[in-house]
Amino acid sequence: MTTTAEHTAPGRAASAPPPDQGELQAAFDDAVAADTRIEPRDWMPDAYRATLVRQMAQHAHSEIIGMQPEANWITRAPSLRRKAILMAKVQDEAGHGLYLYSATETLGVSRDDLLDKLHAGRQRYSSIFNYPTLTWADVGAIGWLVDGAAITNQVPLCRCSYGPYARAMVRICKEESFHQRQGYELLLALSRGTPEQHAMAQDAVNRWWWPSLMMFGPADGESAHSAQSMAWKIKRHSNDELRQRFVDICVPQAEVLGLTLPDPDLRWNESRGSYDHGAIDWSEFQEVLRGNGPCNEQRLDRRRTAHENGTWVREAAAAYAAKHAADQDNAHEEARA
Amino acid sequence: MTPVTAAESLTPELAAARALGDDALVLAQRLGEWAGDAPVLEEDVALTNIALDLLGQARTLLSLTGDEDELAFLREEHEFRNVQLAELPIGDFADTTARQLYFSVYQELLYAALADTGGALAPLAAKAVVEVAYHRDHAEQWTLRLGDGTEESHRRMQRAVDGLWRYTGELFEPLDGLGVDLPGLHPVWRERVADVLGRATLTVPGGPDRTPWAAGAGRQGVHTEAFGRLLAEMQYLHRAHPGASW
Repeated sequence: MTTTAEHTAPGRAASAPPPDQGELQAAFDDAVAADTRIEPRDWMPDAYRATLVRQMAQHAHSEIIGMQPEANWITRAPSLRRKAILMAKVQDEAGHGLYLYSATETLGVSRDDLLDKLHAGRQRYSSIFNYPTLTWADVGAIGWLVDGAAITNQVPLCRCSYGPYARAMVRICKEESFHQRQGYELLLALSRGTPEQHAMAQDAVNRWWWPSLMMFGPADGESAHSAQSMAWKIKRHSNDELRQRFVDICVPQAEVLGLTLPDPDLRWNESRGSYDHGAIDWSEFQEVLRGNGPCNEQRLDRRRTAHENGTWVREAAAAYAAKHAADQDNAHEEARA
Repeated sequence: MTPVTAAESLTPELAAARALGDDALVLAQRLGEWAGDAPVLEEDVALTNIALDLLGQARTLLSLTGDEDELAFLREEHEFRNVQLAELPIGDFADTTARQLYFSVYQELLYAALADTGGALAPLAAKAVVEVAYHRDHAEQWTLRLGDGTEESHRRMQRAVDGLWRYTGELFEPLDGLGVDLPGLHPVWRERVADVLGRATLTVPGGPDRTPWAAGAGRQGVHTEAFGRLLAEMQYLHRAHPGASW
């Protein structure tokens, strides 16, 4: 179901004349201004709905594609404790995918539609997952930096104007903050371990730092959707503001880790009370976004293959459900006769 | 490198605990291969969850008999005492479902009996049997759906239950020191499995449930070809950094 026409303002009797567009828009604007949550049955502008579907679907897709680079290390985790932590983390990501697809379904689109669009390359997932996990330390770097950046982005979404998204994010952020601490702790063990382990950790941080900064999206002046999303209170802070917040958190954490961040221009700016950082290579960001990152094809192919390999299973479940629904109907018929 | 205590020098009870720990560890390792590739997102959650339960059981059981990481990462194939059913490749979703059905019905019976013995493993078994009842229910629900779903799913599921049947006899070989009559549980297992297969419109396999050669000797340290590769993957990183902490 993709129609948006059936949505009406809540609380109106069926017989009342339909409210005009201006009235509905005014009620919506008032709700956003008053920080009241917009709920699935409330009227909302089509563009607001479309923006949410785009953003929430991208978020859900990122959770399920994001399972791949980390699941890459489940079978090779170097201790049973780490294996258990990593399995639990990947399982959480599947769970986040489920909450987010469900939250997106409240906007009148189905999970199947969204997956079809992902598989056809018509909806995106976070570009960060187009980078490879080459060593065990990458699992730690993803936890510390990628999940850390995601949390910085996502905590404000807990106050997003759309109710189901905001509520899903509360739960997701709690779990993500575990992942972030686990990743940090993994890196700390490596950094304080053998020289080989320390080098492995440093190499991973070198490779993940810049892509993590790019997760906040283009600079404020270049961001296509930002202004409208801020006005609708889907987004609460600008890309650059959040990126700065992330950098300021990471620099002292890197010091405790005993690892360096690969940016010679990173230094404390007394007057701003923040760290200045070097210029981001936006051409790399654009290339990965265009599909030319190291793993774009691999990730999408793997996802499509898993989906195709599962077709017969999903068909079997549907056939079984249909057969047994018919059995139940027959049983009711017989009971009535 | 610290030598790992050989199973032969453990008490029979600890040797049995290690064998059960190996079953759980090796099957958790196999199930972990599904993460991200399951036929539907709910199964990514479910299969990983089952793997986590098994890994938890493995850690508790192995820790009774030595250092869990030394046992998992520094033993060679012939030192593992898991049943061969646990180590076979994941195959397709029907193969995984069939193995889960056979294994979870076995584990549920075993842990329930073990909990009743009042021995050292009883508290662990009492906790695990609750988890395993969910695994069995999950396997049963999918056996019904695949067996009684489409023609294709029926064909795949029948092939899977037939193919794994010859690895099931080993599950009921006596295991000294456990205080559980494993051969005595075999008829109950057969009855329960036959009931599920029947409801799933599947035929109970007619062939032998063990063979004179490979199948059915995991408890003696004899494994399948696939097992060496499983260990190579699981152990390589730990072995590449001797003495490192993670």
